[in-house]
Amino acid sequence: MTTLIHNAVLIDPEAGTESPGALVLRDGVLADVLPAAPEALDRFAEVIDAQGRHLAPGLVDWGVKVSEPGERHKESFRTAGLAAAAGGVTTIVTRPDTHPAIDTPEILEFVARRASQDSPVRVLPMAALTKGREGREMTEIGFLQDAGAVAFTDADRVTEDTRVLARALTYARSLQALVVTHVQDPGLSRGAVMTSGKFASLRGLPAVSPMAERLGLQRDLSLVEMTCARFHADQVTTAAALPALAQAKDRGLDVTAGVSVHHLTLNDFDVGDYRTFFKLVPPLRQEEDREAAVEALASGLIDVLCSQHTPQDEESKRLPFEAAAAGAVGLETLLPASLRLVHGGRLSLPQLFRALSLNPSRRLGLPTGRLAKGAPADLVLFDLHAPFVLDRWTMQSKSKNTPFDGARLQGRVRGTWVAGRRVWPLPKDL
Amino acid sequence: MPFRQPHLLGIEPLHPQEIATLLDLADTYAERNRKGLPGGDALQGLTQVNMFFEPSTRTQSSFELAGRKLGADVMNMGVAASSVKKGETLIDTALTLNAMRPDLLVVRHPQSGAVDLLSQKVQNCAVLNAGDGRHEHPTQALLDALTIRRAKGRLHRLSIAICGDIAHSRVARSNILLLHKMENRIRLVAPPTLMPPGIDAFGCEVFHDMEEGLKGVDVVMMLRLQKERMDGGFVPSEREYFHRYGLDAEKLAHAAPDAIVMHPGPMNRGVEIDGTLADDINRSVIQTQVEMGVAVRMAAMDLLAQNLRAARGRAALGEA
Repeated sequence: MTTLIHNAVLIDPEAGTESPGALVLRDGVLADVLPAAPEALDRFAEVIDAQGRHLAPGLVDWGVKVSEPGERHKESFRTAGLAAAAGGVTTIVTRPDTHPAIDTPEILEFVARRASQDSPVRVLPMAALTKGREGREMTEIGFLQDAGAVAFTDADRVTEDTRVLARALTYARSLQALVVTHVQDPGLSRGAVMTSGKFASLRGLPAVSPMAERLGLQRDLSLVEMTCARFHADQVTTAAALPALAQAKDRGLDVTAGVSVHHLTLNDFDVGDYRTFFKLVPPLRQEEDREAAVEALASGLIDVLCSQHTPQDEESKRLPFEAAAAGAVGLETLLPASLRLVHGGRLSLPQLFRALSLNPSRRLGLPTGRLAKGAPADLVLFDLHAPFVLDRWTMQSKSKNTPFDGARLQGRVRGTWVAGRRVWPLPKDL
Repeated sequence: MPFRQPHLLGIEPLHPQEIATLLDLADTYAERNRKGLPGGDALQGLTQVNMFFEPSTRTQSSFELAGRKLGADVMNMGVAASSVKKGETLIDTALTLNAMRPDLLVVRHPQSGAVDLLSQKVQNCAVLNAGDGRHEHPTQALLDALTIRRAKGRLHRLSIAICGDIAHSRVARSNILLLHKMENRIRLVAPPTLMPPGIDAFGCEVFHDMEEGLKGVDVVMMLRLQKERMDGGFVPSEREYFHRYGLDAEKLAHAAPDAIVMHPGPMNRGVEIDGTLADDINRSVIQTQVEMGVAVRMAAMDLLAQNLRAARGRAALGEA
């Protein structure tokens, strides 16, 4: 079947352009990229008029927690997949911080099977770097890679023993495996739920200095320099850590970094009167850090923008701030929330989609993230200007813990395609 | 200006005039208590529930006495011992409470913000924060303010030193907020490990040396240093702490000649304060603080009960 989407504004993050055009979708790939619709429309089985809306490569959300296995009441592959489709996310890269952790090829195969049965979007799993994410022994990196693991990480747990991490990095290097770490000094951040500063002190909450992130990053970068491994820092969120990242890149280390949309659009003051939906890992930063992270994403120093989707049920959030679970869902709000940066004049659309689609695809060795002939037909069609007030109860995610509940957002997803097949709005057979 | 709050969750939301109103009423209660007169019937027919999720003798008995003096039916729920250990969450506790229909709820909880959370979930009831984590302890700050006002004749343009474990102290936070609202100069004196980060933004002067910090102050407010923070964690040892930061006559000599000494209790004699000094009735107002505690809590509950009754009256009219 051949589909034509015309009368669209095409966002090409590779070329850095934003121009009117049309796309031809055939056999799951982009068969053609055209500056305008062809004369004869009747040779296409399906013709979609985008009505001047924006069409971009689908988002690749790196670091999504689907709570299968273990906590399916929080999120399943079905609900996470639907949330992704609704948010214009065409590939989710999952985290292994489940119960049990995804640390053996057997568990990974279970996850892959569940995902392929239930999710309307592509699911690529990351596997644990150490067994049980306990930081003592490395996992079967080779077998896990064969079973389809795209990267290795202990998610938000820091491997405290540098010797264990150094060996895992060295071993991973021999397989060209990508290692992702959570950059944070474990000692300084122990027990902390906020970033230290006036607000945390006023609220009487245990807090960590932003310097703990730099310490963690510098340690990991030193080990990367020692082992020459391929490395990605899951979230770099502070001004203090950025020079260390820049220096590592300048020296030619194989290093990239991500940041969550929450850290680019919210700050520690948003916690307000102990609002637990704003309790994140790492904690929300001060405004200067947020500004610096936005700047770093715009300049390309930070490569990847993601949601760090972390579903939590109502029970685990309805507790005093210190006791409440951390994390926020983000698949459905990743695009509209990050469009705040575009509407605010901080990023251009091609810059944004470089961080949302192109860079994560490249880093993970995926063919997605591009609007080029022959690329997978993973697309998002959205209305850049459509305003709405988010009601968390309308979200597809099983868990509704979003910090953007009641927020005014601008930019709505009108259609999502994965391998040329429309997955949002939901066709009846999915 | 009338006291408009439905709850007393902290000093932060209070207007200086509301603080003055509360202290004025507390003053009259203090006089009545001194003369041995009955407290009155402000809380007649109301149920006061004390829930202390953290052990306390002084604050709990002070609230209990204040409630009884005003005619409330007072009940102490032993939460530390019972349902919480069986895994009941704070929200379940709130639901249980709603079914019991208390009028005044006095809560202490080890986690910051827990009392705020509880106040959002209970219905038709005034909540008083008796201390939440490191956040606030408003009645302590109010009783300190009343003590200062009675000793110094005013509660503005005073120079006040708060000394000790400021980082972990809810008493310090509430006092800083209150004394700032009433336009005083605040000096914080502590080793850097016990000073909260970002404190410079609070508009206080920060000192790491007692003698310098106490120079010329009108009030010296000492804080309790908990035992578990003494052994190498935050300060090297008990004796080094007492030597450098414990209040004794020699260090106090740097303060104004008529400076008063305060402590929220319970004291660690020989750790943060010299025992003889604490008992010196010419300088120490520690006993007065305990006395003012009852009066301030009577006033707070009286005002909240008035607001509660008014709100219920409006609701009844609305229904009719």
